[in-house]
Amino acid sequence: MVISVNRRQVQAQEAETDWVGLVVRVRDHADRAAFAALFRHFAPRVKGFLMKSGASAGLAEECAQDVMAVLWQKAHLYDPSRASVATWVFTIARNRRIDALRKARRPEPEDLAWGPEAEPDQAEVFELQRECARLGEAVARLPDKQRALIERAFWGDLSHSEIAAETGLPLGTIKSRIRLALERLRQVMD
Amino acid sequence: MTIRHHISENLLLAHACGQLPEAFNLVVAAHLTMCDECRARAGAFDALGGAVIDADPGAGMDDMADAAVAAAVARITGAPQVKAWPVARAAGVLPAPLADYVGGDLDAVRWRSVGMGVRQAILPTARGASARLLHIPAGAAMPGHGHGGLELTLVLQGAFVDEGERYGPGDVESADAATQHTPVAEAWGDCICLAASDAKLKFSGLLPRLAQPFFRI
Repeated sequence: MVISVNRRQVQAQEAETDWVGLVVRVRDHADRAAFAALFRHFAPRVKGFLMKSGASAGLAEECAQDVMAVLWQKAHLYDPSRASVATWVFTIARNRRIDALRKARRPEPEDLAWGPEAEPDQAEVFELQRECARLGEAVARLPDKQRALIERAFWGDLSHSEIAAETGLPLGTIKSRIRLALERLRQVMD
Repeated sequence: MTIRHHISENLLLAHACGQLPEAFNLVVAAHLTMCDECRARAGAFDALGGAVIDADPGAGMDDMADAAVAAAVARITGAPQVKAWPVARAAGVLPAPLADYVGGDLDAVRWRSVGMGVRQAILPTARGASARLLHIPAGAAMPGHGHGGLELTLVLQGAFVDEGERYGPGDVESADAATQHTPVAEAWGDCICLAASDAKLKFSGLLPRLAQPFFRI
């Protein structure tokens, strides 16, 4: 009982951790303590994700190190009005997986041209981050069977013909937020 | 550019999951470059991946957490952050991810004739699916064909009409095993497309069928 209360407290603390703020510290001050905090949270998750995708523990840990190094290098390209830190880390890890396990290139869409002047509005960041937290809660509340299916899809257990998109999750609101962020960036560019 | 034909939900989810062959990833990346609507939809599926990865505490680096953090910090300490921002490319016909494969814009494409005025250029992608650029002269038809698998065709320039639907720049036609179709380029200009398929096309005419092994389509 005591253990489960502690775990819940830890989870509550983690939920309140300002991941965006830590990435901003990495970006603006090359803050190694902030990086270490991000590493302690995300590196084990990336390692677990890669192992569930079929990587050995050794390869998964090596790739997790690579993923976190990319986070350090590219912190200035992270846009908190378009993605949560977890989402950003996930996309880096997924691409690293394709590289390491499939030995294939992963063509990416051209990123919109933007620079430091495109600093997003705090309210926009707050809304997007809140929607991502809500999505996380919605995933946690799913019936086990449905959640397992989504997890298996992301771990690479389902082929593209087995993947069906009916997630029943509130993705529409996140989509509209990202859409607004893209429009803002296009305006900054012009 | 008004895009009417988008990437389907299950393809976007498969793309977010990293489960598409490279050739299909290329079509998706090229379309997302042209279509903010789908870029936002793709971002929503990425967010789902973020939620999945975040919910699972992972394989734990607990036993060696301190050593792993120390190794990571040592690594970044030797890696200065170089802040390079994305810059806008000179406007060409090919979206950036595709231009990377071609090694330039349209003028860098090495076309080969496949008969009936149609030209193609096969792009180097990993096994499992193939990608090619197609140049269809104004008013001409692609040889009628069906599919063993999935075929995605993204219009880059001009337009074609297929089964009564018009596909212009940025539009994606998705055809599966059940589709027997004949895209025809509009009369006013040549049509250039990027097509990816995960199985050999089945041409309905005898001549194209004989030519197929030679042209790898």
